[in-house]
Amino acid sequence: MTANGQIKIFTLKIDGKDVSARSDQTVLQVCRENEYFIPTLCHLEGLSNIGACRLCMVEVAGQRKLLPACTTMVSEGMEVTTTNDKLAHYRKMTLELIFSERNHTCSVCVSNNHCELQYLSQKLGINHIRVPYRFPKFAVDASHPYFILDHNRCILCTRCVRVCDEIEGAHVWDVSGRGIQAKVITELNQPWGSADTCTQCGKCVNVCPVGALSEKGRSVAENTKRSGFLPYLTARRKEKI
Amino acid sequence: MPKTITIDPVTRIEGHAKITIYVDDNGTINDAQFHVTQLRGFEKLSEGRPFTEMPSLMARICGICPVSHLMASAKACDNLMAVKVPVTGHNLRKVMNMAQIIQSHALSFFHLSSPDLLLGMDADPAIRNILGVAAKRPELAKDGIRLRQIGQQMIELLGGKRIHPSWVVSGGVNAALTAEHRAAMLKEMPEIKEIVRRALNWYHPVVKHYQEEIAVFANFPTLFMGLVNKNGEVEYYDGTLRFMDSAGNIVSDGIDPSEYDTWIGEKVESYSYLKSVFYKPMGYPGGIYRVGPLARLNIASKCGTPLADEELAGFRSIQKGPVSSSFHYHYARLIEILNCAERVEDILKDDECMNPHVRAIANPNSFDGVGVSEAPRGTLIHHYRIDENGLIKWANLIIATGHNNLAMNRGVLQVARHYLDGLNPKEGMLNRIEAVIRTFDPCLSCSTHAAGQMPMQIEIQAPNGEILKTISR
Ligand code: SF4
Ligand code: FES
Repeated sequence: MTANGQIKIFTLKIDGKDVSARSDQTVLQVCRENEYFIPTLCHLEGLSNIGACRLCMVEVAGQRKLLPACTTMVSEGMEVTTTNDKLAHYRKMTLELIFSERNHTCSVCVSNNHCELQYLSQKLGINHIRVPYRFPKFAVDASHPYFILDHNRCILCTRCVRVCDEIEGAHVWDVSGRGIQAKVITELNQPWGSADTCTQCGKCVNVCPVGALSEKGRSVAENTKRSGFLPYLTARRKEKI
Repeated sequence: MPKTITIDPVTRIEGHAKITIYVDDNGTINDAQFHVTQLRGFEKLSEGRPFTEMPSLMARICGICPVSHLMASAKACDNLMAVKVPVTGHNLRKVMNMAQIIQSHALSFFHLSSPDLLLGMDADPAIRNILGVAAKRPELAKDGIRLRQIGQQMIELLGGKRIHPSWVVSGGVNAALTAEHRAAMLKEMPEIKEIVRRALNWYHPVVKHYQEEIAVFANFPTLFMGLVNKNGEVEYYDGTLRFMDSAGNIVSDGIDPSEYDTWIGEKVESYSYLKSVFYKPMGYPGGIYRVGPLARLNIASKCGTPLADEELAGFRSIQKGPVSSSFHYHYARLIEILNCAERVEDILKDDECMNPHVRAIANPNSFDGVGVSEAPRGTLIHHYRIDENGLIKWANLIIATGHNNLAMNRGVLQVARHYLDGLNPKEGMLNRIEAVIRTFDPCLSCSTHAAGQMPMQIEIQAPNGEILKTISR
């Protein structure tokens, strides 16, 4: 967008091919529009982008560092590379690090077969985790009447934090601690069941890409998610339909 | 010099074990111990997990009989929710449980034990296996493989996969039966019966040559325990617990599974990770009892289906009162396969099995839940306690092989005393020691809630602890 709010049309190259894009688009949006595959975890259509998971890294000509496609805006003449050996290596490494941080045992997980982390790992050909697992022991928060939070499976994408804040407007969720100590919390680190601000809408559960948030009573592999509601909801809110 | 014989690893059983035989200077066997040398601790790792995860989590205890753990675990969870599972949900679980018994019994009888029966206890260990059977009597091996395949396919048709299906859930099962799968299963039942008929025709004359083994293969008086239904018939999934003494008197009956710990005690021995389980009123180790096919047929009034009951008459004629030699576990297994095929047929022929209402949904309503079912190897008990949010606080599992532990130890000693020359142990003698363990078809993965394939080692040990000879495979 220009300073006076006008949207321009840019031409850029993705993997050597010319494509056109609106100036208010991210590299990720343009790549997806043109059917280039870029793995993402923290990004979700309808929520703000924070560039946390680093899976969507792409190469941009003239830049020494890799850039996250979800937070990088397009520019005129940009040359983007979405796939090469280096990117594949980094993406795999990123996924392996995510796996090593918590306890992602698919076979006994509520989200088995419905998990974005599992899907991407299969797609990117992860068959080993080359770093040692940390196996932290987090207590499961099952105090909420309808939902369960299992930190052991959380990948800290903060989709729950953003959907609750940006869409539901309740802002129940936050992240406490730093680095490896970080974890999502409800209110001021109170049991979820005692969080008065929670409207029990279940949006957080439906956007969670893994088995960290699930509906109570679900058995292994039964935690199907519905995150398709988000783009409609955001669009409708903008248009005040 | 006195010595100890160790069999380590024990072969053709499920898991890892070793046997130690204590011998004195004259070659007299003083004692024998069956050690289970692996530990996993599922009871511990389930703490803090939501109870709804338990069936699938506990199924991971064993790759041979995940379904049995699914059943006991799901039943414990039903009790935590305090719900009544819809009849069709129950019946479909029963079908899967029986499919599991069929495939596991096939594995035990044909793959693991038929080599001893067909090729002889003294045959060369290199050929004394299912491949040796396939070479000498291909139709027997083929039947075994086919039977196992049918059982496994039934599990897959019901649960979507053969190993660790997540179809069995707290409150029932998570998908109704389809007409196509119903027909596919029903079609196989006649073949199961034919295979068992052929196996029985082969087994009856063969077993005549094993009178010496029958006499000493864990052939001693013990109690027997298992589930029976309200008519006192064999039961694999529901019902109440019954204890019978060695003279055939029913000593405790109608025990609600939730009261198991009034009757059943567990003791830890330093030589094994496998706990020894005993009948409390008779104390330890006097309360020795056996579970599994032999026990189930001994304690029940009948099988409750025509073909199995016909064969049960033959089983009863082996001796007056309960059949005491563990050698007859083999026979009992064949009868049970027949019984399961007939029962599955009954359930699937009834249109009620197509009822789409197969699951009860509820929050936890009780903090304590016990689930009991009959696994192929015997009674399986899962007992959970949860907090007010449904997270597991405590779990206790009693596995079929645990109930049989005391009897297996005594059986090893009995066989060793009869066959073994303590100063000069020979292969065929050692194989008989393994074979007596095999009659129980122990699953050590389950019993210590640990995984693996079971190799065996026999160790000969002097009273001073010196290992004089180790024979391993
Ligand atoms: S709970 Fe789920 S949505 Fe929230 S940060 Fe963790 S993985 Fe992301
Ligand atoms: S999707 Fe771009 S950093 Fe996570």
